[in-house]
Amino acid sequence: MNKKQKKVLYRIIAAAICMVVLLLLPLGEGPLRLLFLIPYLIIGYDILIKAGKGILNRQVFDENFLMAVATLGAILLGEYTEGVAVMLFYQIGELFQSYAVGKSRRNISQLMDIRPDYANIEGEDGSLLQVDPDEVEIGTLILVQPGEKIPIDGVVEEGKSTLNTSALTGESLPRDAVEGDEVISGCINLTGVLKIRTTREFGESTVSKILDLVENASSRKSRSENFISKFAKYYTPAVCYGAVALAILPPLVRMLFLSLTPEWNVWVFRALTFLVISCPCALVISIPLSFFAGIGGASKAGVLVKGSNYLETLSQAKCVVFDKTGTMTQGVFEVSGIYHNTLEKEQLLEYAALAESYSTHPISKSLQKAYGKSVDKSRIADVEEISGNGVTALIDGRPVAAGNEKLMKRLGITCAECTEAGTVVHMAVDGSYAGYILISDLLKPHAKEAVAALKQVGIKKTVMLTGDRKLAAEQVAAELGIDQVYSELLPADKVSRVEELLQEKGRKDQLVFVGDGINDAPVLSRADIGIAMGALGSDAAIEAADVVLMDDDPIKIAKAIRIARKCIRIVYENIYFAIGVKVICLILGAVGIANMWVAIFADVGVMVLAVVNAIRALSVRKL
Amino acid sequence: MKKTYKIEVDCANCANKMEEAAKKTAGVKDAGVNFMTLKMWVEFEDGTEPKVVMQDVLKNCKKVEDDCEIYL
Repeated sequence: MNKKQKKVLYRIIAAAICMVVLLLLPLGEGPLRLLFLIPYLIIGYDILIKAGKGILNRQVFDENFLMAVATLGAILLGEYTEGVAVMLFYQIGELFQSYAVGKSRRNISQLMDIRPDYANIEGEDGSLLQVDPDEVEIGTLILVQPGEKIPIDGVVEEGKSTLNTSALTGESLPRDAVEGDEVISGCINLTGVLKIRTTREFGESTVSKILDLVENASSRKSRSENFISKFAKYYTPAVCYGAVALAILPPLVRMLFLSLTPEWNVWVFRALTFLVISCPCALVISIPLSFFAGIGGASKAGVLVKGSNYLETLSQAKCVVFDKTGTMTQGVFEVSGIYHNTLEKEQLLEYAALAESYSTHPISKSLQKAYGKSVDKSRIADVEEISGNGVTALIDGRPVAAGNEKLMKRLGITCAECTEAGTVVHMAVDGSYAGYILISDLLKPHAKEAVAALKQVGIKKTVMLTGDRKLAAEQVAAELGIDQVYSELLPADKVSRVEELLQEKGRKDQLVFVGDGINDAPVLSRADIGIAMGALGSDAAIEAADVVLMDDDPIKIAKAIRIARKCIRIVYENIYFAIGVKVICLILGAVGIANMWVAIFADVGVMVLAVVNAIRALSVRKL
Repeated sequence: MKKTYKIEVDCANCANKMEEAAKKTAGVKDAGVNFMTLKMWVEFEDGTEPKVVMQDVLKNCKKVEDDCEIYL
């Protein structure tokens, strides 16, 4: 609690004690009851002062003014205890609100506490200097010790270590970093000392960008937030006019038309009850707080949401469109199988790797990688590369041919038919067919689960867009369980496909596009919600997307949707609950069932519950 | 030109009122208050001096909510 809050707390305690003592004393109905003004002034003097200032500034619908009118009115009507109690509860409510908001503000900023405080620079005599990361220029060599955060993006020049990226990605598995690797700021260095040559300024580094983004996220207001601010603007005046009407009309009607006593006291008192409920604060605080907590919780899970409005749209997602390469697949070509082989698989792979060892083609690289051993070039002789076909060579004196169907035809060898997607390397050894090696872009480990998880959260349609061959695309789609697939698309075709899909869907359904941020920026911005994944360090993706997944695991898409749904559910709970209770209190107050006590109790209670409920949006781990 | 200021305000509704007041100030093109981060951004009309305009913004905000502060 800060100083201001503590002061209010002491005043609340003092006033409460004073009140209890007075209630226990036999004061009777006489002028001794004026003693109740003591706790009233202890607890309410600042409200009265603010109300006075409000009048000077012609702020009639100022909550302090309304509270002052309600309580003073009660006292004038002889309801001393009510006047004091209302003021007391009002202050308790305000205190709780400011405490809860302050606390969640701190919690959420702690959650995002990835801002590095310093960078280490090695001095000329070898000693370490701690400097402000803002002052480090591009190309400076900085030193990061185990346990420290990497302050600025850069490339490792010396040392090797493992990095904990969980603050950025929500992924707890450590990542290795060795010489020549690019590393991003915000990761925690776990094991060894790293010397890093910075490639960006601090302000342009990943960690600064992320912090900026999350801090500014709640400035983009959602529809529900706008609704609440509008509601608040009309609610207070409406209730106040209602109060005036309630104070004047019923007594007049009773007097003039029903020839009853007007009972001014009763109706004015009921009207004052109205004023007590007129403050819209519970509503106004709980909605942005829910969104703030939701965005904070999401970023903890490695999902950056760029605004409350996107959280709202994401929660209504019904159709998810994926890019294939880099999103559902790893975008790296690897040997995925060896078929129809007449030799041992290892030996066939060894021959292929050796034969292709002079080539720099990605296919050759993936063969070398699958082979895994270093190539002994002395075993290879007479290498002949036939462009567009493949290679022939003598390996350990045996003639080996590796290439596509054309090469086999050229050599007069019949080869096996391959129906699977991917690139095929046919092999012939000693002039006869020896099988083929299939090289394909591997699916991400969680790709299948990711699609299933989306179905589980109620996504009606999943679509995949790709520039790949039809066969490959359809096979991947079938394996993943994706409903629809469009293949052989150019980047521009992707935009028009998404536009078609946007027209097909229902008005309230939202379309999500998920891409890896490389060359699909136009599609990302065209969709209702663009999700970029694996965006660590990619500025273009962070710029174009509305939601950024910090690691490249597609399973996070469903998680992001669940986080958004939870947050929006809480927002609606709060809206209905708070407005509902207020309306009930107004009705009960008007007919005289609820007095001021009930009204203020309900009002403060609603606010407490709404705030506690809002903070629930912060916990997203189990989603 | 757009600038961001740190603010101090206690209740969320007051923050909304400050936003309204800032928007209505002469020389301000658009403004917004973020209660959760306690920040106010103000977009100024061309050819106005932010420092001068902000004095008016502060004055107008004080009018609707006495207990607020903008750190200029």
